[in-house]
Amino acid sequence: MSIVATVPPPARAEAAAFLRRRRLELAGAALVAALVACLPLVVRDVYTQNVIILTLLYAALSQSWNILGGYCGQISLGHALYFGIGAYATSLLYTKAGILPWFGMAAGGIVAAAVALALGYQLFRLAGHYFTIATIVLAEAGLLLANNWDYAGAATGIQWPYGPDSWATLQFARNKVPYIWFALGLVAITWLVTWLIENSRWGYWWRAVKDNADAAESLGVMIFRSKMAAAAISAFFTAAGGGFYAAFVSYIDPESTMNFSFSLLMALPAVLGGIGTLWGPALGAAILIPLTELTRSFLGGGGKGIDLIVYGALIMAIALARPEGLISLFRRVRAPHG
Amino acid sequence: MTLQTVVQVIASGLLMGLIYGLIAVGLSLIFGLMDVVNFAHGEMLMLAMYASFGLVLVSGIDPILLAPLMVAALFAVGALAYLGIVRFAMRARANLGMVQIFATFGLAVGIRGMAQLLFTPDYRSVPNVWLGGRTVSLAGIYLPVPQLAGAAVSILAFGALWLLITRTDLGKALEATREDAGAVALVGIDKNRVFTIGWGLGAGLVGLAGAILSIFYYIHPDVGASFALVAYVTVALGGFGSVFGALAAGIGVGLVEAATTLILPPSLKSIGIYGLYLLVVLVRPRGLFGHL
Repeated sequence: MSIVATVPPPARAEAAAFLRRRRLELAGAALVAALVACLPLVVRDVYTQNVIILTLLYAALSQSWNILGGYCGQISLGHALYFGIGAYATSLLYTKAGILPWFGMAAGGIVAAAVALALGYQLFRLAGHYFTIATIVLAEAGLLLANNWDYAGAATGIQWPYGPDSWATLQFARNKVPYIWFALGLVAITWLVTWLIENSRWGYWWRAVKDNADAAESLGVMIFRSKMAAAAISAFFTAAGGGFYAAFVSYIDPESTMNFSFSLLMALPAVLGGIGTLWGPALGAAILIPLTELTRSFLGGGGKGIDLIVYGALIMAIALARPEGLISLFRRVRAPHG
Repeated sequence: MTLQTVVQVIASGLLMGLIYGLIAVGLSLIFGLMDVVNFAHGEMLMLAMYASFGLVLVSGIDPILLAPLMVAALFAVGALAYLGIVRFAMRARANLGMVQIFATFGLAVGIRGMAQLLFTPDYRSVPNVWLGGRTVSLAGIYLPVPQLAGAAVSILAFGALWLLITRTDLGKALEATREDAGAVALVGIDKNRVFTIGWGLGAGLVGLAGAILSIFYYIHPDVGASFALVAYVTVALGGFGSVFGALAAGIGVGLVEAATTLILPPSLKSIGIYGLYLLVVLVRPRGLFGHL
């Protein structure tokens, strides 16, 4: 690296340590991904496989949310809008025009990114709480429109046609294992994007915007453009996740894709694991989703509301006791060296 | 569209708008005081509605007479929320913005879950209310009595709030803390006490709104969430922190909602409010009376 050669020795050593850490992160991620990819060899039970798929999906979604909410500090509680756009675009293109979900996910991602840019153009003038409230209101408006959109089945939703298991149509009704691999791919891509961003100019700009927008602006950071880029990337991958979800469950309706609880479930793993961190969302999802599914199956139909109580308690506990997220429990050990 | 229809729409919009103003004012009061959005505002409304429902069942006393009790109960809930949660959230070492949002948000989600668990998601309504189901007719305009009473209570509450803010020492302390929370300590005002009272007042006002809503609205665990959305729009419209902006904006929201039902099917009636919100965010991001 040419930069390394021109800086004085102490900084040089630091830069070398930094690069070593980056490579280590990449290797660690590859190892984790390889282990998860092998899980289906051990896990034969369909219920557990479903939990793994959901955990991976929420890890990917939360990773996408984290790009805007964590790195850029723009807390969105309306990402269900992008999730819904992805799910609807993929389902409509497949059921009405026979276009394969692979393209549907990309199309949904592009539409969602465009919507995020259009909304961001207005909303990013709002600071902090104002922005969060605006995202809630907009997602709610989206849900209302979807519920009244007759072409897309209104409140009844869209049923995917039943077909043979195939990678082309992403339909695996008999054997769910390919969904694990696909969802893992989504997590890997969103993780890699985040990893690349961490060391890019955008990444530094976003963190500067998050820490102190006024100071960042005075140093020449283009706040507005940074936020727009974060919103577009975040929306794109959230919609891709929505498209995957539609293919996975083969049936979507407004309540099951755009309900407020989805917005919450996308933010929660990141908040739990550590917002604005590389591993936070994945760690958070790995704890939260199995925990939710376990309580749900343990309590059966009788414990309606328990999941919300668990979420609520977790959110408050993290916010008040450990705002850096659970990932900071691991980092503390390393702190004296770095 | 006859003149009579127009007057009818204006009248019902006005009545509901006054109630919306009352629902939203507590949110605005707290925000003005300390720049914190209470994301559990809707859940406090829901709690008050259930409490009113439960007390009516147990005591047989009419909900309108129980309203002062709801104010007191929710005052306590608000003060406790500040002392137990918000006070600590404001001292966060990291991610302050996230903490301030998620602390009250977690409270909201927890309360909602608790309501689902304890009261089930069933819709309930308070039985045998004096004012329930009655309407008065004035020159061909029909006005439901519960909403009429609610609007009257709202006007009284805003009047009392105005007296409190302009005529009492507490009001002066509230105003001063809102201007500069750091400087008030220098003149011997206990900031923490003012914040506690502010949260109590904010929650007490939404408790009053809940007592009134329980007379004519269905009660279920998600009822607060839908009204909270309207309250956010109202407060955004009136200007965060502006107490009387909330009143004006509430009336505006009520009128727009009523007007929407003239042109769109009932299932889309909220679209008018969301549209109004977007318009305001576009034109005046700080709201009509915002001065932040």
